[in-house]
Amino acid sequence: MKEERTATEQGRDANDPALTTLGTPPTAPVQRQDADIIHPTAELAVGEADIRTAGRGEVLAGTSLWKDAWKRLLKNKLAVFGLIVVCIIVVVSIIGPPIIAATTGYTYDFIPPDSRLNKSFPPFTAPDGTFSWTHPMGTDNAGRDILARVLLGGRISLAVGIISTIVSLIIGISYGATAGYLGGKTDDVMMRIVDVLYAIPYMMIVIVLLAFFGGRSPTGQLFLLFAALGAVSWLTMARIVRGQVISLKNQEFVLAARATGVSTGKIIFRHLVPNTLGPVIVYATLTVPSVMLQEAFLSFLGLGVQAPLASWGSMTTEGIQNLAVFPWQLIFPGVTMALTLFALNFLGDGLRDALDPQMRKF
Amino acid sequence: MFSFVIKRLLVTVPMVIIVVSLTWGLIRLAPGNFYSGEKKIPPAIEKNLREKYGLDKPWYVQYGKMLGSVLRGDFGNSLKYEGQSVNSILGRTLPVSATLGLLAYLLALIVGITVGTIAALKQNSRLDYASMAVAMLGISIPNFVLGPILVLIFSLSLYWLPPARWGAFPSANVILPVLTLSAIYMAYIARLTRSGMLEVLRADYIRTARAKGLTEKQVVMRHALRGGLLPVVSFTGPALAFLITGTVVVERVYALPGLGNYFINANLNRDEPLIIGIVAFISIAVLIFNLLVDIAYAYIDPRIRY
Repeated sequence: MKEERTATEQGRDANDPALTTLGTPPTAPVQRQDADIIHPTAELAVGEADIRTAGRGEVLAGTSLWKDAWKRLLKNKLAVFGLIVVCIIVVVSIIGPPIIAATTGYTYDFIPPDSRLNKSFPPFTAPDGTFSWTHPMGTDNAGRDILARVLLGGRISLAVGIISTIVSLIIGISYGATAGYLGGKTDDVMMRIVDVLYAIPYMMIVIVLLAFFGGRSPTGQLFLLFAALGAVSWLTMARIVRGQVISLKNQEFVLAARATGVSTGKIIFRHLVPNTLGPVIVYATLTVPSVMLQEAFLSFLGLGVQAPLASWGSMTTEGIQNLAVFPWQLIFPGVTMALTLFALNFLGDGLRDALDPQMRKF
Repeated sequence: MFSFVIKRLLVTVPMVIIVVSLTWGLIRLAPGNFYSGEKKIPPAIEKNLREKYGLDKPWYVQYGKMLGSVLRGDFGNSLKYEGQSVNSILGRTLPVSATLGLLAYLLALIVGITVGTIAALKQNSRLDYASMAVAMLGISIPNFVLGPILVLIFSLSLYWLPPARWGAFPSANVILPVLTLSAIYMAYIARLTRSGMLEVLRADYIRTARAKGLTEKQVVMRHALRGGLLPVVSFTGPALAFLITGTVVVERVYALPGLGNYFINANLNRDEPLIIGIVAFISIAVLIFNLLVDIAYAYIDPRIRY
């Protein structure tokens, strides 16, 4: 198991996906060095020790790549912190809204009919200024419960993050694996297209797309967001998968598959793609927060999620307008979002160290 | 090297045409028109409007006209800001955005490289962990959250700095926008510098430098930084793309008359010439900038040849 993994890792290094044909390293390329020079962290030392004990003949049976990675992940305190926070936020945004609706009767779009309530209340305050548990995060301008809206925003942000990442995974994996496996001219053309797309300031085009085609209905807008953000974030994924596939495609198991008459499509998707999952999962976890950030950015500009639906970005915009008088309208969605992204980034970093120590960049 | 630069410059033209065509196509495929609003326009007036803006001609004539305007670098008049040419708007807004972006990136470079280098030299110390945690925080806080919070603290509570609007460059108005914009780059650059330095500090040539008796300061400043900063140099390309979206946000938060703010308004107003003008300008800027980064990269890293 161990030996096999190191072999593939070295293979990938030779076909470094970080370098484009134009010679532009797209993101933070690190000079590749021999594996025995880079040992910046304690986590790597753990891996080393495993190899050494294996060499001395100790039994490593039952330690799959995934179990091994999980053990390494649990040793990384920050990653565990990230994992716990992400789990809490996911669970709370799923079960939170029904609980609030059942206890206080507020939903994300419920506007109290009382006209005297046409004012935003601070956290834990009732309309008459006394302490109350009804609105732990206060209310917004229309009197809607901010906690309920923050939780809905969480649902939407996470949904956009996950669904757009899945869209980008589907496009990126199919594209990258096809290019890598077919090789030659096809590969050249396909990767040149990726290079061209890389240089496009795509966020501007997404803004144009949303401004001109959006605004029909809140749900329609949401689907447009999924598609637009997914369609622009598959490029790096395609490069990573291509690099992996190139390093794998000359191995015996592919030869065996080809010899037994398996079709090209099946070789790519049944034999090669599953073997690229490690780096793909790592990159996908880092794509989720970046897509969530882009969604919030677009919602902040008024082009993303629309009322009565809420997103952390659109709530921030409303909060900025009332910043001097009702600062809680900004602080709660803003801090929740920052905390979520913080946790997701730590989790992504931790997963990278655990699943693929050689890819470590920071 | 020379042929590489020429090749890249030649690629720029079709790339800009692709981007502009895509934008134009999106605008034209969208239902509605820039003049369609709440009120119904009488057919006679609509006919005149269509004639005036050339909308009565077949699409390829209009497309050709648009492409010609891009290639000449004269984008015509804005539809919304009447009597103002797109070029004059670009000329007025660009200095604001460019000042903002440049100052933010400079600040990020200075702070980021310093913090990253110190963190790498004191690896696994408390200082290292603390600065990297702060850096992660900087990456995670969206700038449209950070900006208002800074305003809340420094303008609305302490009354130290103005909360919005743009002054001429050396004025207090610049401080908060630049700080807001540069936070995320500081964080990225600190992380990149740290990882780059950690790798380089283990390299043989650093051991050689130490062995021949150079002081630690000389080793770091003269030898390690040059190699350790390579990731930072290559980050400059992607950073420009981020910087564009970043300036959009900061200009919205602080109500600055910059390119990004005008771009969003142009989209909301369906101001086609202005949208095309800004998209073309930014695409060219990004492509040229990426080329410059590649050239700089080749100069710093002698192992790279084009």
